[in-house]
Amino acid sequence: MEKVIDIQHLSKSFGTHEVLKDIDFSVHKGEVVCVIGSSGSGKSTLLRCVNLLEKPSGGQIIYQGENILDHKHDIHAYRTKLGMVFQQFNLFNNHNVLNNCVVGQVKVLKRSKIEAEKVAMNYLKLVGMDQYVNAKPSHLSGGQKQRVAIARALSMNPDVMLFDEPTSALDPEMVGEVLKVMKELANSGLTMLIVTHEMEFAKEVSDRVVFMDKGVIVEEGKPEQIFNHPTHERTREFLKRTLK
Amino acid sequence: MSFEWVVTIITNNWPMFLRGAGMTLLISMIGTIVGAIVGLLIGIIHTIPVPERGVKRILLKIVNAILSVYIEFFRGTPMIVQAMVIYYGSAMAFGINMNQLVAALFIVSINTGAYMAEIVRGGIVSVDKGQFESAQAIGMNHFQAMMHIVLPQVVRNILPATGNQFVINIKDTSVLNVIGVTELYFQTKSVAGNNFRYFESFFIACVLYFIMTFTVTCILRYIERRLDGPKNYSMIGQPPVQVETLVSTKGRNDQQ
Ligand SMILES: Nc1ncnc2c1ncn2[C@@H]1O[C@H](COP(=O)(O)OP(=O)(O)OP(=O)(O)O)[C@@H](O)[C@H]1O
Ligand SMILES: [Mg+2]
Repeated sequence: MEKVIDIQHLSKSFGTHEVLKDIDFSVHKGEVVCVIGSSGSGKSTLLRCVNLLEKPSGGQIIYQGENILDHKHDIHAYRTKLGMVFQQFNLFNNHNVLNNCVVGQVKVLKRSKIEAEKVAMNYLKLVGMDQYVNAKPSHLSGGQKQRVAIARALSMNPDVMLFDEPTSALDPEMVGEVLKVMKELANSGLTMLIVTHEMEFAKEVSDRVVFMDKGVIVEEGKPEQIFNHPTHERTREFLKRTLK
Repeated sequence: MSFEWVVTIITNNWPMFLRGAGMTLLISMIGTIVGAIVGLLIGIIHTIPVPERGVKRILLKIVNAILSVYIEFFRGTPMIVQAMVIYYGSAMAFGINMNQLVAALFIVSINTGAYMAEIVRGGIVSVDKGQFESAQAIGMNHFQAMMHIVLPQVVRNILPATGNQFVINIKDTSVLNVIGVTELYFQTKSVAGNNFRYFESFFIACVLYFIMTFTVTCILRYIERRLDGPKNYSMIGQPPVQVETLVSTKGRNDQQ
């Protein structure tokens, strides 16, 4: 299968603190990959390095055969190929729901407003938020905000969707509605890289699970293998702590 | 106080009062707008992350230092003194006789700029950095993220303080009479100097000042409410847009 993102020897330090150490890892087209691991293990940093919100300290990120850390590479064009969903939603507070999904298409992809609204409505409908197009972010519940954030990312027609703990800031009763949308996306064949603490969800939707600890990938494999037959002691300990 | 005198003074001198009020409004309005723009620019420059090394770093540090001196100097000295220094200083140093109106606009703008710079900085800092990040994440460059996402929120944040500054400017332009700007206080003084009815004349000025400040306050409140939009939103029944395929990517089991 074709590799969409191929990460080689990626490292990241904040000052002297080495947060990611020599990460090798790739995502294939159509694959759903979940990244799990304890707090502070570097999962968010990995995701943020992938779309260059953090500048990697070393290594390479190959996107469709090109090293995007090359200086001449257009990082803005690259970022449009990755849809990012944040833990804190980060909807644009000065725009209503529809414009949240439209502004990037018009300003970055240079689509016409009419076309952009059509695309936006399509995805807002998919996440069940098409009735709220006029609402400002401050009017929405957390679950609704996150669904709009997903629609906003999808509206850019990305090749890969990145999710950084999309349900961690939600009240328990709203987690379900967001996970349901994500499951639909996963089943539709979208390429997804998801950092999550929802183990049941990871087990159910992922093609591959990656376990991270202290800045390294300890092991990865099919969900069945990672959850039922982990080979490393650290993985077993983590799962015991989180699954009980 | 005699009410008849007030009426008489108004009847005889209303064009002067009106011109004075107009001048006051003009100076304070342009001064506030220019000052807000100056403050916005300085606030933006102040929040540019300083690079770790290189010429850019040194340049930015120098610019920031100059701007800090400017802010501290104009916030730390009275406008009435600045007016004298700038007006007579420019005449002495460069031999130019500044037009009073130009001098007035300059002084009020540059003063307001110094105050607004700090307000803008606060306004930028109070916009969550997640806003900028998510703008970047959908591919916007620094300029686009600032223009379409961050600055609109900054403008909304600083609007109350800008309105406040406008009201202060309406009142404080009165000190510009020392360099002969024909604003409301100057005109009132002339009127009173002619009829010797100081109390009545200044009572009229007082009312005029209050009408101006109060109107400005009301207009700004209205604008703020308009910008915030309705408290409620209307749900849309059935959107007229046709829904197409959910996700354009092929089925995940397709082998490439
Ligand atoms: N901007 C930063 N400056 C300094 N240190 C940072 C920064 N961002 C992250 N770190 C550190 O990097 C480490 C990894 O952080 P990261 O957010 O990637 O962890 P995580 O696996 O996502 O954890 P969580 O599950 O809590 O989200 C932490 O020790 C954190 O303190
Ligand atoms: Mg995290």
